[in-house]
Amino acid sequence: MLKGKKVIAIGERDGVPGPVIAECLEGGGLEVVFQVTECFV
Amino acid sequence: MNFENQGIIKRLADQYGPENLAVVLGNGEANGVEVFAETVTQGDPTYAGPLAGVALKIPVYHVLEQEVTELVPANLRQEKLELSALVIDIEPMHEVLRASREKL
Repeated sequence: MLKGKKVIAIGERDGVPGPVIAECLEGGGLEVVFQVTECFV
Repeated sequence: MNFENQGIIKRLADQYGPENLAVVLGNGEANGVEVFAETVTQGDPTYAGPLAGVALKIPVYHVLEQEVTELVPANLRQEKLELSALVIDIEPMHEVLRASREKL
């Protein structure tokens, strides 16, 4: 279960970026403790 | 996962307790998701980074899995995730991540 957990958001430049993940989860009441966007080239 | 982020995750696990954490990925392709999941559950499979030999057992989700999207308010889901959901094939990643979570 994800609810109640502190979330580490690891986004991807060619997928969903970290800030977008964080915004969506925080909108749902989850606490995001770290977010980053990785880039695989 | 790069070493810098492995180090940050290790520090967060020390601070909050790994049982209180979850990782949510935003990968565009299934390639690499399994390694991500293995790194934060069993430890760095390359044995080179800060999580080498560290089995944190942190559950890993993808932001487009239903377990995650159902927690996101509908307006945000439409505005921020709808387009990604059209182009990202979530099913292969869901299979990999579900199997990873079931092993915890």
